[in-house]
Amino acid sequence: MGAIYKRELSGYFNSAIGYVVLAVYYFFSGLFFYLYCFYRDSASLGYVFANMFYIVMFIIPVLTMKTFSEERRQKTDQALLTSPVSLTEIVLGKFLGAFTIYALCCAIFLVYGVVISFFAQPQWSVVLCTLLGMLLLGMAIIAMNIFISSLTESMVVAAVVGMAAGLVIDTMSSFSKLVPIPWVQFVLEKIDFLNYYTNFTYGILSIVDVIFFLSVTGLFLFFTVRVLERRRWS
Amino acid sequence: MIEVKNLTKRYGKITALDNISFTVDTGEVLGFLGPNGAGKSTTMNIITGYISSTSGTVTVDGSEILEEPKKTKQKIGYLPEIPPLYIDMTVRKYLEFMFDLKRVKLPKKEHLDEVMRLVGLEQHGARLIKNLSKGYRQRVGFAQALLGNPPVIILDEPTVGLDPKQIIEIRKLIKSLGKKHTVIFSSHVLSEISAACDRIIIIADGKIIADAKTDELSGVLTDKRQLLLTAEGSAADIQNELKKIPDVQKVKKTGESDGAAQFAIEYKPGADIRRDVFSAMTRLQCPILEMRSGSESLEELYLRLTGSVKGGEA
Ligand SMILES: Nc1ncnc2c1ncn2[C@@H]1O[C@H](COP(=O)(O)OP(=O)(O)O)[C@@H](O)[C@H]1O
Ligand SMILES: [Mg+2]
Repeated sequence: MGAIYKRELSGYFNSAIGYVVLAVYYFFSGLFFYLYCFYRDSASLGYVFANMFYIVMFIIPVLTMKTFSEERRQKTDQALLTSPVSLTEIVLGKFLGAFTIYALCCAIFLVYGVVISFFAQPQWSVVLCTLLGMLLLGMAIIAMNIFISSLTESMVVAAVVGMAAGLVIDTMSSFSKLVPIPWVQFVLEKIDFLNYYTNFTYGILSIVDVIFFLSVTGLFLFFTVRVLERRRWS
Repeated sequence: MIEVKNLTKRYGKITALDNISFTVDTGEVLGFLGPNGAGKSTTMNIITGYISSTSGTVTVDGSEILEEPKKTKQKIGYLPEIPPLYIDMTVRKYLEFMFDLKRVKLPKKEHLDEVMRLVGLEQHGARLIKNLSKGYRQRVGFAQALLGNPPVIILDEPTVGLDPKQIIEIRKLIKSLGKKHTVIFSSHVLSEISAACDRIIIIADGKIIADAKTDELSGVLTDKRQLLLTAEGSAADIQNELKKIPDVQKVKKTGESDGAAQFAIEYKPGADIRRDVFSAMTRLQCPILEMRSGSESLEELYLRLTGSVKGGEA
């Protein structure tokens, strides 16, 4: 697993993907930070965090699009699958690699917190709580997109489907209000990522939200292992 | 060392492997020969654990890949048909990665140096794989398969797309591997296999059609011995005279032109009738214009065998 994790990290920086993702994240978070915190003279990062949700939905598919699709297209999966490592280790190694890059993205918020502290007193508890929420949200979306990548040989398809899935999640909250059937509405609300994420941006740390994102992550990683396992038998 | 038992693989309705069984002894270099689509890669992918068989078992050095995947995979070095290279890594970085991935316990730097020297990559460690020629990429794939000195090495068409000089080098390398490792190596070109292997298995349409030591292969595949003769004179007389030769089993006239006749003479395996034919023709005063062995070359045999299987299915 260590070997795969290391290779994933170096892979992100050997190709442009690592830099592009970091740059896009830093650019938009910086832009929102400037617009909300400086322009409106606010010491709260809440708006910035809320808007980053959309950016995250778009950059994570780019981050993970290659994970399994490109391995399959280039046939490098033959090296992984014939080496003495389990499928779980392979999936986890790739997941942790993508998550590390994402965590580097999110770390910029600590910098913004420090910047605010020169002008006003930032609410560190809220900042850290939101940061945690952002990491958990990212985890779940990374796992989902790794799963999507394991379904196709084309990284472009993986990225596009991942972004589409992001849009679906994004519109789910508005959509669920339109559905007249109560139980469907209930289910949609229960699987709406934004519902759980928003609590964090208010500085509310609830164990339910944490468990939600961890389970979604675990579930998609498990699905990915299953997809790889199934393919061997097909 | 390797035991393959009743292996069958179906892809949906296509039967890629049909109940294949064979064993490979320690230190043996086995050639796996068959036309494209015969099932060579499929067999190798199952032995190495890349895919699973529909039924049947593979045992490598006493352990089974489905029961002890890690332990079994550790014993095999595999060079697939398309070398599994991460092209935006350097040669050295890639081999370091594969070393870690395979959890090799040897001293890293020394071992990598040794393997790179063996395949002739010692000057190229810092180059990006995407900038390497096909031959060099193949060497990187080779090096990767050798990491950790696995007792079993499996090479899927390692010479495809290489130029003649590179093919000779690879062949040498395979021969040298045979001393310390058990090797299976596939190709659809007979001459390559017969030059490097102790034993040959011919596979066509998912079935084994021959399994023999290289030098015995043509004997195993054909029990017919033929001498082709062209002589001047009366065809009937010649035919009668030829039939009198002790080891001759059958004489068939295959053609006649300008007062000369052609015959195909079948004789007992192991016998040599050339001198008797000469004496017979001298007695008849019929000059021999041509006399040659009619037994098929290994190449012709291979083509006929694999061709007939294909033709039978169509
Ligand atoms: N993934 C697959 N899906 C469907 N059919 C396949 C697949 N891989 C191989 N085959 C079929 O199985 C047969 C054997 O293929 P293969 O083992 O690659 O042959 P070889 O390596 O001898 O050229 C071929 O008919 C091929 O079309
Ligand atoms: Mg093949």
